[in-house]
Parts: sequence; C-alpha cells; structure tokens
Amino acid sequence: MSDIHKLTGAYALDAVDDIECATFERHLAECDDCRTEVASLRETTALLAESAAVSPPPSLRDSVLSGISQVRPLPPIVAPPRRAAWFPLLVAAALVAVLGVGAAVWQPWAPSDTGSLTAAEQVLQASDAQEVEVDLGEAGRATVVRSKSVGKAVITTEDMVSAPSGKVYALWLESAEGDMLPAGLMPDVPNQTVVLEGDAASATAAGITVEPEGGSAEPTLPVVAIFDFSQAT
Amino acid sequence: MDHLRPVPDGVPFEGTPSGGSQSGDGAAARLASLIQRASKGDEVAFAELYDATSARAYGLALRVVRNPAQAEEVVQEAYLNAWRTSSRFDPARGSATGWLLTIVHRKSVDRVRSAEASTNRDAIYHRESQPVEHDSTVEAAHASLDAQRVRGAVATLTDVQREAVELAFFGGYTHTEVATMLDVPVGTAKTRIRDGLIRLRDAMGVGS
Repeated sequence: MSDIHKLTGAYALDAVDDIECATFERHLAECDDCRTEVASLRETTALLAESAAVSPPPSLRDSVLSGISQVRPLPPIVAPPRRAAWFPLLVAAALVAVLGVGAAVWQPWAPSDTGSLTAAEQVLQASDAQEVEVDLGEAGRATVVRSKSVGKAVITTEDMVSAPSGKVYALWLESAEGDMLPAGLMPDVPNQTVVLEGDAASATAAGITVEPEGGSAEPTLPVVAIFDFSQAT
Repeated sequence: MDHLRPVPDGVPFEGTPSGGSQSGDGAAARLASLIQRASKGDEVAFAELYDATSARAYGLALRVVRNPAQAEEVVQEAYLNAWRTSSRFDPARGSATGWLLTIVHRKSVDRVRSAEASTNRDAIYHRESQPVEHDSTVEAAHASLDAQRVRGAVATLTDVQREAVELAFFGGYTHTEVATMLDVPVGTAKTRIRDGLIRLRDAMGVGS
C-alpha cells in the first residue's frame, strides 16, 4: 500500500505528518487526478463541519475584526510559482554568480580583495570540514558540513520537498548545553546551499524542523532531520 | 464515539454551505466575492464573511481542540490567516467555505499536535477514552437542510469507515495514529479514510 494516490483522503483531513504532507504536495503538483480528488474531498470535509457548528462568543467577532485591521492582505501571486519556473531562475542565478566572479577578476579596483571565497565555500573547503548526511527518503536528502576553524556550518539539500503550505523549514544548532538555538530559515527550493546562522564551532548537532511562516523561537517537534556532529565523517 | 451524531432540528442555519449545495449556489458565490473584496482590504466584506461562517469555523475548532478558549484562539488565527492570504483564494479551485474551513482545520490540528509534542504523548490515548462533553453550546448547534444531508450521508458509511474518518477529522490524529488506535495496518486505515470520504462525497453530491 505504498501507492501515494491513496493518501488523498488522509491529506484532505490533515491526517498526515509534516513530511508526508510535503511529499504529497509535491505529488499533487504533478497529478491532476489527485488534485481533483483532494478538491472534492475538501468540499466534503467542509460539509462535515456543518454538523459541528456552534455559535462563537460575540467577543470573538471583535477580536477577529480588530486583529485584521492591523494587517495588510498579501499581494496576489503574479506569476504562479510552478516548479519548472524555478529552472530559468536558477540558471539566471548561476549566470549572475559566474559573472560576479568574472567581475571580481576583471576589476582590480574593486573595493576589497577579500571574499573571493563565499562563507559557504570557506566551510566546504576547510581542512577540518566534517560532514553528516541524512536521507529523508522520498522527501529528499540533506547534508550538513561544519568547520570548527571557520566556526560555521553549511547545509546542502538535494531534491528536498517543499515545506507544507504556510510552513517553512527552520534550521537549528544544538549548543553544548543542549539548547536548540535558531540558525535561520531555509529558502523553499529543492536544491540549495545555506550557511547556518550562529556559532557552529561548539555546536553538537544541527537540526531541521517545520515551523509556521516567519519561524519560531523554539523548535516544533518532531524534528524533520537531526545532524549529529559526533557521527560526522 | 458520537462525533457525527445528528444535530437537533430547529433553528435555521444562519450561513450557507459550501459548494454542492442545492440551496446555496448564490450564497456560495456571494462568499467568494466577499473574500475577493477582502483581498483588496475591504474590512466590511470580511465582517460579512465572518458572520456567515463563524459558527462552522468555531464549531470545528472546538470539536478538534475541545477547549473553548483555545478554540477561540485558533479561530482568530485562522481568520487572520484567511484575511492575509485572501488574494490566494481561487474560486475556480473550490468553494469559499471549503477554503476557509481547510485553514481552520489545519490550525486546529496544528494546535493539538504541538500541545501534545510538548507534553505527554501518551495522553492522546486517554483523550480518546474520555467522554466528549456535549454541553449546551454544542446542543445549540444549528440545524439545516445541509446538516440533514450530512446526517444522511454519514449513515451510509460502514462503522469502521465512520470511526476512521471521525478520528482523523474531529480527533486530529494522523492516519498512522488512527491505524495504531484501531489496531489495523497503516494501509487499512488509509484506505478506510479515503473510501469513507469518497462515499460521503458521493452521498452528498459534492462536485456533481
């Protein structure tokens, strides 16, 4: 019963965990049948809610309406963010990167000659670089590289599924005392290299969690992936 | 296990149902236009949307999170999210109520799961065995033609389908948790949930 199409019902009821949700949403983007079925099942669940209707206290109306008056609605999505649309952007980004390097070479009057290596490159090329890879199955693969001498860690993802809609992947560094310290949010693209914020030299592990948009002060469990530096190669 | 029991007849429902309703197509279009006006910052339109949908939103949140104060917080978060993302609502892809209640349900489920992740995970089994307090506010639930339609559709489910759908939808459990609670293989729970929902959909004439 590994057939992913069978997950439409559980998905329509939010009866999936974060990774299943992300994996299934990737499938949905490519499967018209499942998209149609999920849409019809969502309408069905909306009718089920009918049987549970209860009038809320009148004060809730005031709270809701005063709350929205302080928030601006998001602009419409001008170009639909289809997966394929990323490809030209990535090519463009790669070209910018190449041209950027060229510019550094051809412009001796550039203000500084430092930064010929990006922070990520400094970590990845460090002689004391340590690597931990986590295979997330259908959800993709992620590798964290940490250099104690540089004091930073870098995460590289391959074919990683998008975070569930309305959510983001957040990065964490575990301190020697066992505290999970926020280390930034990951851009929502399948393949990327991101430098973790904060001091990675003394960290014992890095982690990924799924958080609401904007991130959280504390990690939300369960953790999607944990990179234990004591297992590093 | 009486989550889906019939609600009393009587008071006409103040709102209108989502897509598929025979009575509410005009009203459903009205709700869709309210969301589109809200996306341009129209707070009056949003207030009208709230008035037409809040009983369903609050009732759903209350059923999942069970605590009235938390249900209010969840509903407030959900409407704020709906306001912010109103420009992302596409009437071609589903009804206004379906879109809104999906947000409410997701927020409700997030709330119970994050609460459990930070406390004792074992408590979920106790929660299931405790009787649900159907107090007077629940008894006062509005009845309507659509509630009758839901009732009739639920009656077409097998017991095991109804149990699985209830645990997932109103209990907020994942399908793997449902499988453990019902002591069946994961694939069986997944299939019961899907087959149950499809049967409900067909019995209610959704999308026809």
